[in-house]
Amino acid sequence: MAQTFSRSANVIARLLLVGSVVVIVLLASLGAALYRSPVLTQVGIAKAQPIPFSHQRHVGANGIDCRYCHTSVEKSGFAGIPPTETCMTCHSQVLADAPMLAPVHESWKSGESLEWTRVYDVPDFVYFDHSIHIAKGVGCTTCHGDIDDMRLTHKANTLHMGWCLQCHKDPGKFVRPADKVFDPEWRAELDDSFEQAVDGPRLVEENNINVGQLTNCSVCHR
Amino acid sequence: MESKTTHPSLTPTAPIMAPGHSYESISREVSDVVLEHNMPRAWYLCLFGVGLPLLGVLGLSTGMLFWEGLGLWGINNPVGWGFAIVNLVWWIGIGHAGTLISAILLLFNQDWRTAINRFAEAMTLFAVMCAGLFPLLHVGRPWAIFFILPYPNTMALWPQFRSPLLWDVFAISTYFTVSLLFWFTGLIPDLATLRDRSKGVRRKVYGAFALGWRGSAKHWFRYEMAYLLLGGMSAPLVVSVHTIVSFDFAVSVIPGWHTTIFPPYFVAGAIYSGFAMVLTIMIPVRVLFNMTDFITVRHMENMAKVMLATGLVVCYGYMCELFYSYYSGSEYESYMMTNRMFGPVGWAYWCLLLCNMATPQLLWFKAFRTKAIPLFCVTIVVNIGMWLERYVIVVTSLRRDYIPQAWDSYAGTAFDWAAYVGSIGLFVTMLCLFVRFLPMITIFELRVQHHEMERGEIR
Repeated sequence: MAQTFSRSANVIARLLLVGSVVVIVLLASLGAALYRSPVLTQVGIAKAQPIPFSHQRHVGANGIDCRYCHTSVEKSGFAGIPPTETCMTCHSQVLADAPMLAPVHESWKSGESLEWTRVYDVPDFVYFDHSIHIAKGVGCTTCHGDIDDMRLTHKANTLHMGWCLQCHKDPGKFVRPADKVFDPEWRAELDDSFEQAVDGPRLVEENNINVGQLTNCSVCHR
Repeated sequence: MESKTTHPSLTPTAPIMAPGHSYESISREVSDVVLEHNMPRAWYLCLFGVGLPLLGVLGLSTGMLFWEGLGLWGINNPVGWGFAIVNLVWWIGIGHAGTLISAILLLFNQDWRTAINRFAEAMTLFAVMCAGLFPLLHVGRPWAIFFILPYPNTMALWPQFRSPLLWDVFAISTYFTVSLLFWFTGLIPDLATLRDRSKGVRRKVYGAFALGWRGSAKHWFRYEMAYLLLGGMSAPLVVSVHTIVSFDFAVSVIPGWHTTIFPPYFVAGAIYSGFAMVLTIMIPVRVLFNMTDFITVRHMENMAKVMLATGLVVCYGYMCELFYSYYSGSEYESYMMTNRMFGPVGWAYWCLLLCNMATPQLLWFKAFRTKAIPLFCVTIVVNIGMWLERYVIVVTSLRRDYIPQAWDSYAGTAFDWAAYVGSIGLFVTMLCLFVRFLPMITIFELRVQHHEMERGEIR
C-alpha cells in the first residue's frame, strides 16, 4: 500500500506547529506595537491647518500668554479657540498683506470662522475639564509638551488612558506651583526652589487634590 | 464466563455490548457510518429541517441585536441578566456530562463509559460553544469582548479579579480547552482507523489529523499516559466550572442567591441536565444509526441511575433553599421564597418542581430506565425543568430584591426566544456534522472491550 504522505509531511507538520505559535505571537506583538505607534496615536505628527500657525513664533518668540488666545481655559472645560478678532488685534497691522494669512483676512471680511483641525481629541465617553486641571496645578506643557518649540502643532502625548492614570494615580509627580502653570519654559529640574518629590506632594495637600477619588471610573466616564 | 467477584443479584440487565462481534465488525460498523454516507433520513431532517433553519434564526436575530442593541431583549433595570444568563447556565450544565463520563468514569474504571464517551464529549464541546455565545451577546458590545481578558493594554486597566464573572471566563475557557484536547486525543487512534479505511482526499484529511499514528507499542504507551493525565486534569474541572458559575449568583447579595448550597447544588444540577441531554440524543441516535449493539440498554439504565442520583441531590438543594429562607430569619429571603412560589412567575417554580423533582422519581421503576420511549420522555421533561430552574433563580430574585420601588416585571421578547432557539439550532447542526464526519463511538476502545469480554473480564 502506498504511503498516504510523503516524507516531507513530518517537516511540514512540525513547521505548522511552531509556525502557528510564532505567527500568533508576531501578529499580537505587531498589533500592540501599531496601537502604541504614532500611526494610530498621531503623537508628533502635525495636522494640516487652514494657516500654518506656529506656537513657536507666538509663544516661544513673542512670549504671548496662553490665555491671550485660549481665554476660557481657567473657567471652563473647553480651553477655547480664539475668534478671528483675536488674530486681528495684531494682524490688522502685522503681516497684514502676507498671503499666508489670507484666510484670516477673508474670515475677517466674511465673518465666517476659520475651521481649525483638532489636534487633541478625547473620545466622547471621556469627560475632560481644563479648568480643574489648571486650578489644581497641572501645567499646560505637562500634557501639551514643548508647545513653545512647535512650529506646527502636534500631539505630544498619546492620551491613552494609561497615560492619564499616571497622574491620576500620583499627581504629586506632576503638579507645579500656581504661578508656573502657564509658563511654557518651566521645568521642575531647572527650578532650584522646587523639589518635585517634596513640593509635589505638598501642593497636592495644599490644593486639596483628593487622590483616592481620582481613579474612580465616574471621574472621567460620567 | 462467570466473574468471580460479581454476586448473581448484581448481574446487569443487559450486556455492555451485544454478542457476535469481532474486531473487524466493530471497526466496520462504526466507521461505515462516516465513510459510506449511509445517513438515515432523520439525519437530513435534523440538519436541514431543524439545525440549519434555527441556525439561520440565530444569525438573523444576532445580526439585528448587534445592529440595534440590547433593547431588543426583554432585560431591564432590575432584571439585567434575563434569558442570556439562563441560557448560559443551562448550556454549561448540559456540557458537564462529557467530562464527567470521560474523566470521572475513566478514573473510576467504569467500563460502560466506552460506548458513550466520544458522543458525550462532543456534546459537551458544542454545549459549551452555545453557552459561550450568550455572554458574547449579553455584553452588548461584542467587539469589545476581549476587555474581559487580562492583557497588557494602554488603559493601564485590569479586569476585576475579585469578580466571579471574571473567574467564569477562566473556568469556561479552561474547560473548553481541556475538553477539546481530551476529545481530540481520544480521537487520534480512530482517525487513524478512518485514514486506513478511506481513500483519496479523505485519507489525507483524516491522516493529517491522525498525526502520523501507526499504533506502535510506544504510541500506545504515550497515548495511554496522555489520556490518563488529561483525565486527571479534567476531573476537577467537572466540579470547578459549575461551582464558579454558581458563584456568579452566590457571591452576590441578592435574596435567593446568597447561599452556600449553590455550588454543590449547581454541580449536581449540571450533571443531572448533562445526562438528561446525552440520553435525549443517544436514545434516537443508537436506533437510527444501528448502534444498539454497542450502546445497549445497560448504558441507558446506568445513565438513568446517574440522573436519578443527581436529581435527588438537586431536590435536596430545593429543600435547602426552602429551609434557608425560613431559618435565615431574613424578611427579604422569606419574601423571595413567597414571591418565588406565589408571585407573578410562581407557575415556573411549580413547573420546575414537577419536572425536576416529581418526574425523575419514575426512574425508580426499571421500566422507565430501560424502555426507550418512557426514558426519552423523562429526559425531555428534565431538560425543560433545568431551564426553568435557572429561569426561576435568575428572574424571580432580580425582579423583586429589596426596595419595592426598584421592582419591575420581566418577560423574554421574540429576540430572547430567537437567541435561545437559535442556540439549539447551532447545537443540532454541530451534532449532525459530528456524526457525519467523525466516528461517534470510540472504535478502538470497543475493540479493547470486545477483547476483555472474550476473556471474561467484563460482561
